[in-house]
Amino acid sequence: MEWLLIGIIFSTFFILGSGRITSCIRAAAMQGALLSLLPMVVRGSLVDPHSLGLFVGTFLIKAILIPFMLFRSMREASIREEIEPTVSLHLSLLAGGLVVVIAFSGVFSRLPGANTPLIVPAALSMVLLGFLLLVSRKKAVTQVIGFLVLENGVFLFGMTLVKEFPITVEMGVLLDLLVGVFVMGIMIYHINRTFDHIDTTLLTSLKDS
Amino acid sequence: MPVALVALPILLGLLTLFIRGEAKRRLRRFFLVVGAVFHFGGVISLHLRSTENLLQGFIQIDALGLLFLTIISLLFFLVAIYSLGYFQHEREKYTEEGVSHLYVPCMLFFLAAMTLATLASQVGVLWIAIEGTTIASAPLIYYHRHHQALEAAWKYLLMCSVGIAIALLGIFFVIASGKGSVTDLSFSTFIANAASLDHRWLRIGFILILVGFGTKMGLAPLHNWLPDAHSEAPSQVSALLSGALLNCAFLGILRFYQVLMAAGLSDFAQKLLVCFGLISLFVAAVFITGQRDYKRMLAYSSVEHMGIMALGVGWGVQFGTLLHVINHSLTKGLLFLTAGQILIAYRTKNAFEVRGLLKTVPESGWLFLIGGLAIAGSPPFSPFISEFLILRGGLNQGYWLSSFFYLLFLGIIFVSMSRIVLRMVQGERQQLSFRHESSSRLIFFPPILLALLVLVFGLYLPAPMISFLQAAAHLIGGGL
Repeated sequence: MEWLLIGIIFSTFFILGSGRITSCIRAAAMQGALLSLLPMVVRGSLVDPHSLGLFVGTFLIKAILIPFMLFRSMREASIREEIEPTVSLHLSLLAGGLVVVIAFSGVFSRLPGANTPLIVPAALSMVLLGFLLLVSRKKAVTQVIGFLVLENGVFLFGMTLVKEFPITVEMGVLLDLLVGVFVMGIMIYHINRTFDHIDTTLLTSLKDS
Repeated sequence: MPVALVALPILLGLLTLFIRGEAKRRLRRFFLVVGAVFHFGGVISLHLRSTENLLQGFIQIDALGLLFLTIISLLFFLVAIYSLGYFQHEREKYTEEGVSHLYVPCMLFFLAAMTLATLASQVGVLWIAIEGTTIASAPLIYYHRHHQALEAAWKYLLMCSVGIAIALLGIFFVIASGKGSVTDLSFSTFIANAASLDHRWLRIGFILILVGFGTKMGLAPLHNWLPDAHSEAPSQVSALLSGALLNCAFLGILRFYQVLMAAGLSDFAQKLLVCFGLISLFVAAVFITGQRDYKRMLAYSSVEHMGIMALGVGWGVQFGTLLHVINHSLTKGLLFLTAGQILIAYRTKNAFEVRGLLKTVPESGWLFLIGGLAIAGSPPFSPFISEFLILRGGLNQGYWLSSFFYLLFLGIIFVSMSRIVLRMVQGERQQLSFRHESSSRLIFFPPILLALLVLVFGLYLPAPMISFLQAAAHLIGGGL
């Protein structure tokens, strides 16, 4: 269990420090795969239908379909490989480290209900790191990855703290995420076609004078 | 029956997804109207059947949800009719390609998601429905396919998705506060078991939910997507966004407010709501003053009215707030639909370039004047009544300071908005450089009906409507 959490946070740092979009997408897929293993480990059983269904659904959507769609929209929009962060990669790694230190500093780990003391701070740091990615990246694809990391953090909370969700609702949540990323992928394609790049800092013509 | 209200639009949407091509656009529009008519009929039959609460599976019907559902259905019905006329004009400008054939399917999915949001009995289903509204409406904002529309749609999609993810986090906190005592996760079980909920988790959960759904509702300072999306979307979509979608997010907040109220934390929730409400009013007052774009002005007016609703609940004036929800939706629907007519006639969104509306296009001019005065809060139109009720409630409860700011900001907005609206409608007749004689009656009928409703509700509230509103207000802790 602890190893899974450490792996998940490690993959986020890989995204934070990586200079290539393809490796970011691969790391996000890896993170999805690790995350899909978590409910089975938490529940401690491999055969009960609920955990199995959740594993299959999460793995399929987070580790296969969403990365596939991101790769496809990159290919179709012929996006250049390099990441252009608004703050340098070193600085964002440093900020990420700071965020994790704050999350693990013990304020939140005392909240009741968690099976292990690591789970709440780990989820919290994922959410904050997702925010960091969202604000420190310029390209539309990397912003989507930031959103995915944030969403994974929320999932981490949900899978471990909440055991009452019916499987239909969980599948609905996953499906919403899938369709959402699908629509984002289509928009990335259109952004690229309209502006000839997917740099969102130039999406600033709408403002109040 | 209630399930059909969600299922039918989805089925029709899937059907129209496969009807592609320029030649079949009439067929698609026909299905849009069919969906709207059936939905509206279904909602009316729900009103007639019984007033008791119904709970089956993930669906519940109570007065609160039914109130919001009725507003959505009426507005969607009128927007569907307006669409028929609006696209006769659009045809000259745009050829249908790319994503445009998605207009009707997305509208129908949007309707289904909003309906589910009003009927959801379970926290997870409510979340799925509200996220669904975001996904279904983003392609609608991008309808015109120019780069500003793309920018607005991207901002909307990303900001609201992140916001709603935060709301999901909040929902998990609320569930965790039950410590396993709430097994089916329905709102009614939460309210029944409210005494055993852990207050610390509940508080964190409500803050996150307020931030998350508040983003979607357009509460300042989380409103950044709203003016862009409302000004770039086609006008009838803006009418739906403002009059129906923002209400759905507000309903989401109200559902959790019910839980907090049952747990005895209503003071805490109300303080937060008053803060957000006052900030929204302030931001709206600043940005409406000197606004050049009349659609953006209407968008900021939505921020203002969402602020008034948050403030109303925060002051405990539940009846007035729910009345204001109705009045705002009707008036804003009227204004955006009329703004669409002005856009067709003048082809500009700049308020300074639109002069002499009353003489150039008299129908639109009168409608815009009525709507503008109504939304700014002048009598005898209905928003004045509800704004006054909220103010009276606030003073009765002794919220002197916040009442002062409420009046101050409303006063500033009244002056600035009337200046813009009056400048637009007055003046000499303008020669428009292109013909607009072909204006279809279909784009005038819906706003005229809305204007009549705004006027009638300002003068007289039917007794059944008052008792229905009281039943709904009772659910969120209000007397009269």
